[in-house]
Amino acid sequence: MGFLNQFKPIFWDHQSTKSGPFKSLFDFRSLWRKRVILLVAVALGPLISLAIFDHMVTRYDAEQEIHLRTARLVSNSRRTVSFFLDKRKSALDFVLKHHPFEILIDQEHFKVLLTDLNATIGGFTDLGLITTAGDQFRYSGPYDLMDQNYAGEAWFQEVLEKGIYISNVFRGFRDTPHLVIAIKYQLDGNDYVFRATVDTERFNQLLSEVTPGGNGDVFLINSQGVLQTPTRSHGKVMDTIELPIPEYSEHTRVIEVVDKTGERFIVGYAYLKDTPFILMITEQKSVLMAPWLKTRIVIITFLAIGMFGILLVIYFVATHLVTQIFTADLRRSQTLREVEHTSRLASIGRLSAGVAHEINNPLAIINEKAGLLKDLITYREEYKKDQKLIVHLDSILASVERCGSITKRLLGFARHLDVTIQKINLRAVIEDVLGFLTKEAEYRSITVDLRVDETIPDFETDRGKLQQILLNLINNAFAAMQDGGTLDVRARPADSDMIKISVTDDGSGIPEADLKKIYEPFFSTKTTKGGTGLGLSITYGLIQELGATVEVESEVGVGTQFLITLPLHHTRKE
Amino acid sequence: MNILLVDDEQELVSTLAERLSIRGIEADWTSSGEEALVKVTDQAYDLAVLDVKMPKISGLELQAEMEKIRPELKYIFMTGHGSERDFRSGSSDTRTICYLIKPVNIDILISKIKEALAR
Repeated sequence: MGFLNQFKPIFWDHQSTKSGPFKSLFDFRSLWRKRVILLVAVALGPLISLAIFDHMVTRYDAEQEIHLRTARLVSNSRRTVSFFLDKRKSALDFVLKHHPFEILIDQEHFKVLLTDLNATIGGFTDLGLITTAGDQFRYSGPYDLMDQNYAGEAWFQEVLEKGIYISNVFRGFRDTPHLVIAIKYQLDGNDYVFRATVDTERFNQLLSEVTPGGNGDVFLINSQGVLQTPTRSHGKVMDTIELPIPEYSEHTRVIEVVDKTGERFIVGYAYLKDTPFILMITEQKSVLMAPWLKTRIVIITFLAIGMFGILLVIYFVATHLVTQIFTADLRRSQTLREVEHTSRLASIGRLSAGVAHEINNPLAIINEKAGLLKDLITYREEYKKDQKLIVHLDSILASVERCGSITKRLLGFARHLDVTIQKINLRAVIEDVLGFLTKEAEYRSITVDLRVDETIPDFETDRGKLQQILLNLINNAFAAMQDGGTLDVRARPADSDMIKISVTDDGSGIPEADLKKIYEPFFSTKTTKGGTGLGLSITYGLIQELGATVEVESEVGVGTQFLITLPLHHTRKE
Repeated sequence: MNILLVDDEQELVSTLAERLSIRGIEADWTSSGEEALVKVTDQAYDLAVLDVKMPKISGLELQAEMEKIRPELKYIFMTGHGSERDFRSGSSDTRTICYLIKPVNIDILISKIKEALAR
């Protein structure tokens, strides 16, 4: 959390003290959230939509491409297998039509016939002639199947019915996988069945030459789902396939199926006409889609990086925006408070002036009456020797004078509010300011040492502003000093109609890092003591308005010196 | 040496006159601006010591009226406001000697009176 706190906006924990109907306008966290949501929606919404759309379209295209390629492969393979079977069927038909019965049933010729067929067409294991009773009365081949009876075999009954028959692959009497092509043959009113066993090895070899993608398999099944040719991953010959048997279709079709392990397969199939076979090509979809997926991962990775970048930009833009509003509001509030404070001070100043004036008149009467009493005593012989009376009267007159100086200072302070350029005596101005802090200096045993060079002439400036500058600097010095400290206020002439006024304290000093920031608005180290951070900022502004400059030197633990260089001739700055 | 003291505070102006009298300076006094104008008309004064802020007619207005009657009359002002600005506004008039801030020191007043009469 410490790391995340570094990124927390400054307004995040701000508790608004505002109330009323517009309170929500000052909920900066909510303001930030709304900006972020809006920017995210505007920036990422179209991007994400486009990415999803592109993902769907390219996946659909990739799947269609796979389906098309699989369908083409199935069609080609079907033609190859059909051609293989048709070729052998036609060869047998040719033999029957062009050999007289007497020659065909000749045992020696029958053996030669097998040799000739394998030499020209190839792929035959044996040949046989069977009567309608199922007796094989001629046989040519490697097995001892002469006089074998097939009357009970299903294929035999089917060939008698349909005239031609191509069997499933089956084990039969020879106990090896094979398939049979049988043709019914009629001569002299008698039916015979001409049977040939096709070499399934040749058949298997034919299919193994087809190379589908995606760890694919090409094989034949019958309508019961029994494998007619070996496979790589779906079982051996005569096993039942675990995939569902595809529904009948006259044309090549491509479907998607899921096996028991959850693996998704692209299955292309075609029913071979006039045979019990279904040609199937199975391909693992995950393997086929891998190239597409790889491309997508690259694109998604770039997209994610891009989105992260956009989110960062949104975060910083929204934070910057709301921070500016927050800072502006903070400054507005502080300024309002300052204006309110200044206004209150102005009212107090005017009130003081009014009170001072009203007090001055009765004070003047007391002064005159006491003065008259003293005159009477001084000028009449009978009272002249009564020193006690004179002491008391002098005490009254001294008190009146003291009250007079207080009222004069109050009147002088009230006049600060007027922006006027007037001729001032620098020492008097500084003494006026120090007068406000005399009591505090006494209570805290702070020694104030004022030295104003006598050669400094009276000069024109804005008395109020100069007094406020000095008051702020001296106030700050008092705040920084321990009880018993020393404050030096010096004024001396400088080059070319300038004077230098320095305010030096032996207080806590300002750290070097803070020195650059002391004139910034709202920078304060006294926030817990009610500091607004505006005092030096205002002071700096006033110094500039007087056409003056200010320098500061400070050492922590030693003290601070503010040095103002003020022109003796005022030029008004707008 | 004819001096007229004018201040709406009768206690102040009468006492001030008495104190001047003790010091050998006879001064006539009044607490009303209107009465002051009558006195100025009737008698040729050399110097008028006027309070700035008075009811009905202020010290500055009184000065303007008096100047019409006695153009040679000189003036010292006393004020509870003690404003240098007021002084600046009247300083171009060579007949105005000074502004004294209340409460007034009698010795300073006498020195200013002497300065006025010496001019």
